[in-house]
Amino acid sequence: MSTTNKIGVVIGAALILLWCLLPVAWIISLSFKSQEAITNGSPGFLPSEGGGAGWQNYRDVLADDQFLRSILNSIGISLIATLLSVIIATLAAYAIARLEFTGKKFVLTLALVIAMFPVVSLVGPLFDMWRTFGIYDTWPGLIIPYMSFTLPLAIWTLSAFFREIPWEMEQAAQVDGATSWQAFRKVIVPLAAPGVFTAAILTFFFAWNDFVFGISLTSTERARPIPAALSFFVGSDPFNRPASLLAAGAVVSTIPIIVIVLLFQRKIVAGLTSGAVKG
Amino acid sequence: MTHTTVAPDDKRDVRRADKAAASDRSKSENRLGMKLVAPAIFLMLLVTAFPMLRALYLSVFNYSLTAPDDREFVGFANYWTALTDSLFWETTLNTVFIMVVTVAIELVIGFAFAMVMHRVIFARGVIRTSILIPYGIITVVSGFAWQFAFSNNNGFVNAWLPFVEDGFNWFGQYGSAMAAIMVSEIWKTTPFMSLLLLAGLAQVSEDMLEAAKVDGATWWQRLWKVILPNMRSAIMVAVLFRALDAYRIFDNIYVMTAGAQGTESISFLTYRQVIEQFQLGIGSALSVLLFLSVLLIAFLIVKIFRVDLAAARQEG
Repeated sequence: MSTTNKIGVVIGAALILLWCLLPVAWIISLSFKSQEAITNGSPGFLPSEGGGAGWQNYRDVLADDQFLRSILNSIGISLIATLLSVIIATLAAYAIARLEFTGKKFVLTLALVIAMFPVVSLVGPLFDMWRTFGIYDTWPGLIIPYMSFTLPLAIWTLSAFFREIPWEMEQAAQVDGATSWQAFRKVIVPLAAPGVFTAAILTFFFAWNDFVFGISLTSTERARPIPAALSFFVGSDPFNRPASLLAAGAVVSTIPIIVIVLLFQRKIVAGLTSGAVKG
Repeated sequence: MTHTTVAPDDKRDVRRADKAAASDRSKSENRLGMKLVAPAIFLMLLVTAFPMLRALYLSVFNYSLTAPDDREFVGFANYWTALTDSLFWETTLNTVFIMVVTVAIELVIGFAFAMVMHRVIFARGVIRTSILIPYGIITVVSGFAWQFAFSNNNGFVNAWLPFVEDGFNWFGQYGSAMAAIMVSEIWKTTPFMSLLLLAGLAQVSEDMLEAAKVDGATWWQRLWKVILPNMRSAIMVAVLFRALDAYRIFDNIYVMTAGAQGTESISFLTYRQVIEQFQLGIGSALSVLLFLSVLLIAFLIVKIFRVDLAAARQEG
């Protein structure tokens, strides 16, 4: 590589870091501005002299019952949806990667269509249906749509991983007298675990991020997830949004994402790219 | 003599037995396959096809949740109302505008990012970790972060941009409010785009690039004649996914402007009719129109850019 190229790459890398981290740094900085400073107006990236709040905003946000409840809702709903979705997707992806059967194309096309589905066009009928079934404003009322909409991503990611697995081992197991099902459960599942794990992370991100279902299919803190709770978070004065409090809430809601990203960076990149491009 | 007549028969028998076993096996494979995908199909249809049919049904009624007993059949009147209302066309145009601008910018920046990530030798882990943060962050949080960044009371953008007055209200008029919304959208989704493009870039053969270099091709020629044509399917799949995602834009608009200054998108309009005004009849008609427009856009992208759907579906 020539020197100019090297310099270009270094500058490019610095720009990428700036792009990704600046808004994150900003929201963290904002969360340390005091609420008085926000009300009076406190332009600038960093808290002004004497306009800092220390940990006060975090203390306030974590003392807010509705916010805490929404964290609990988000964690519970996202984890359950992830677990169920990944189990169902694993079965489907195994069939797609390994078996010849009628309707394979149909499943793949359906998954593609659903990945592109305009979610908002469903909230009206779902709102109506969920009220009839009595699951409006409950955890299952959100878990079901989250499962449906994460299935395409999970199925793609998993079937891409499953294609890479050394299938001779499955045949070896079958030669040794295992049925198709036993070969699947005892040989393939342990081999496929890393892929399943990646699919789970991506599914969790989707559920954690969802906003449309979160605001349309809930009405109280009983099931309201974090993004919806943040958007309703107006504080005591509805005409002056408590920006710094909101920022503290936003930082808290981002912590799980950052932890997951730090721990599993490699797996996520592999999953994302294998999910959309043949690798 | 007997030998020669028996031998072919034997062979045929063996073959027949083989065939029978194979078809037994393929039958059971077929059954197992269908059983394994059944739950996934059921769930995907439960939350999409069924509600969509319901929307189709409700869309021909004048039906408001505030007066459910007054439901009456009105035929295509709801569609007529929607299609003759300038608001519908304004929001659709707005949405298409957002889609085209954001996807174009994301494609360029995302490609530049992918090139850097492809070539970079140091700090790979750090860069990939950071690029996943915008991807993983909640869209609502991104919306808030940028809304406050652009705020003239508490933000920093006005102070940092030399050609903008300190008191400028970004959310006071259409153009700048749309710009703020698009910045948030682009910030959050460019990393996803760049990762997809990075995967495509990894498939371009280094040998071919080296050969072009030896033949005296400039950097620019190598980019247009070797790299881009060879990652065409990756680019097209990325564009298809992102375009349809951008067309559904909702979260950022809800958080940043709530549709003020004419920044409403078609998703936001539909949401407002259904959830805020409880107009399930017209709301359902809008839902159907939204669904149809997504189908139309998907169809156009696939046809115009000749996207390889088998690649998108991952058929090997």
